[in-house]
Amino acid sequence: MQRFVLRRLTLLLPILFGISIIVFSLMYFIPGNPVDLILGENALPQDRAYLTHLLHLDEPLHKQYVFFVKDLFTGNLRSIHTRQSVWKEIFSRFPATLELAVWAMGFALVFALPLGLWAAVKQGTLIDYSAMTLALLGISMPHFWLGPLLILIFAYHLPLFPISGNEGLLSVILPALTLGTALMALLSRLTRTSTLEVLQQDYIRTAWAKGLSREKILLKHTLKNALIPVLTIAGIQTGALLSGAVITETVFDWPGIGTLLVEAIQSRNYPMVQGCVLVIACLYVMVNLITDLMYGLLDPRIRYS
Amino acid sequence: MKKINLRTIIGSGILAMFILIGLCAPWITSYDPKATMLEERFSPPSHIHWLGQDKLGSDIWSKIIYGARISLVVSCLSTLFALIIGLCLGSAAGYFGSWVEELIMRCVDILLAFPGLLLIFALAAFLKPSLINLILIFSLVGWTGFARVARSQVLVEKEKDFVLAAHSLGAGHFYILIRHIWPNILAPLMIQASFFMGGVIIGESSLSFLGVGVPPDAPSWGNMLNLAKQSAFQPGFVAIFPGLAIMLIVLGFNFIGDGLRDLLDPKMKHSQKMI
Repeated sequence: MQRFVLRRLTLLLPILFGISIIVFSLMYFIPGNPVDLILGENALPQDRAYLTHLLHLDEPLHKQYVFFVKDLFTGNLRSIHTRQSVWKEIFSRFPATLELAVWAMGFALVFALPLGLWAAVKQGTLIDYSAMTLALLGISMPHFWLGPLLILIFAYHLPLFPISGNEGLLSVILPALTLGTALMALLSRLTRTSTLEVLQQDYIRTAWAKGLSREKILLKHTLKNALIPVLTIAGIQTGALLSGAVITETVFDWPGIGTLLVEAIQSRNYPMVQGCVLVIACLYVMVNLITDLMYGLLDPRIRYS
Repeated sequence: MKKINLRTIIGSGILAMFILIGLCAPWITSYDPKATMLEERFSPPSHIHWLGQDKLGSDIWSKIIYGARISLVVSCLSTLFALIIGLCLGSAAGYFGSWVEELIMRCVDILLAFPGLLLIFALAAFLKPSLINLILIFSLVGWTGFARVARSQVLVEKEKDFVLAAHSLGAGHFYILIRHIWPNILAPLMIQASFFMGGVIIGESSLSFLGVGVPPDAPSWGNMLNLAKQSAFQPGFVAIFPGLAIMLIVLGFNFIGDGLRDLLDPKMKHSQKMI
């Protein structure tokens, strides 16, 4: 197990390096010069020269990268508008995004597991087809449509929930439903497939032959084994939830990193965009790493492969 | 000959319908999707404007029809380019192995370690909104999935006897790859492509919804929802129809992908009913 953990941790380094390179190079995709963009085209030459020096744009590319990494660690990646370190704002918004992601994941798991199991048990029946068509609909529905639809029904016509913002438990329900629906659909399909595969195994046949009850076979022998791939994908999807949260947060005006990123994109606050992207990408990588390690712990075949 | 299943037929039907309305747009509607009639804004559906008019008074039905063109062009071209890049690099990695494989697959690992949608947002935020940039972004981000599938398939195919036979007859590497291996690995790539196309449609409309996709005056479904978002209390139909169009076309692609996978995956076909 130690070797497995060590190997995964070693793989982390090139990935983090790659992410930093991608985020660094984003600045070079801006059409034109970042200095023109910040100061406008009518700026004085000495101001331009000062800002060019301040942003290290007069240095060779590899040095610019070193400065960028240094800025990241010393908190010198600053917002274009306020000149404050971007980390302060990002970390103040982070708990709201985490709260939303946890609720969405909880909602997805609570509905996906019974639905998938039920569809597998009733394979080939109307229940199976309806459940899986419903799941496919859930995957095909964009967040930015489902969200306004839920608002229209459950906040406007039936005023059960607040329309937007983060004010107490009720306000998290609609955004969590919006963010979790696609994941719920994906996980219920996976639970179904995985359960069907487990049901074909010899040990299930043995369990039947032993005369075990249907419930015991389903819940103890089938679901427990079928859950391993489902939980792995759920773990990987936690990272994806964070990027999906960008849209959901915008729809519900949820004060998390997603809205911060969109505000930064709209106000062309590029260092803030870089900071948000970096934080979400690093979280994604970390969640994937933890999922991998957990998977290795659950299934010995993985760590010896 | 394997039987085509119902889901593939329904999916293809939905897709064919959208292709047809996209191609015949000028004959299906007489309204210019960019024309604005502010005095008629938020008019409900009627026999003149089938799906009503939006915040600018534009005809929603025309915008949906012309929006199909944008969605299909972006998704088809992005998928084509991503497929070509992924197929070439993935095949090279699988076929030649050693440092070629290491180099390509480590790049794939790094790109896949980055949440795809986020990378797309980030690139779109820094680039100017245009159709070509969108296609570029989706192709550059999306090829990794195809490369993974292509590599794993080539690894299996290159060990087969017909490749050995072609080698002994003196065929070159590129000839073997293109003539003998590619035709055998296309099926799983097609499944991947149909899911990818649905993903691109959601991605493109998400970007337009955030205002960083196609130019704001282009009649795209994401732009329509972006416009709908800007006025808080408006009639529901303004947002419902473009969203329905997105959901329907993505559902079509997912049906095709699912159907093809069921056709080609022998494991699921032989699953017995145990309970």
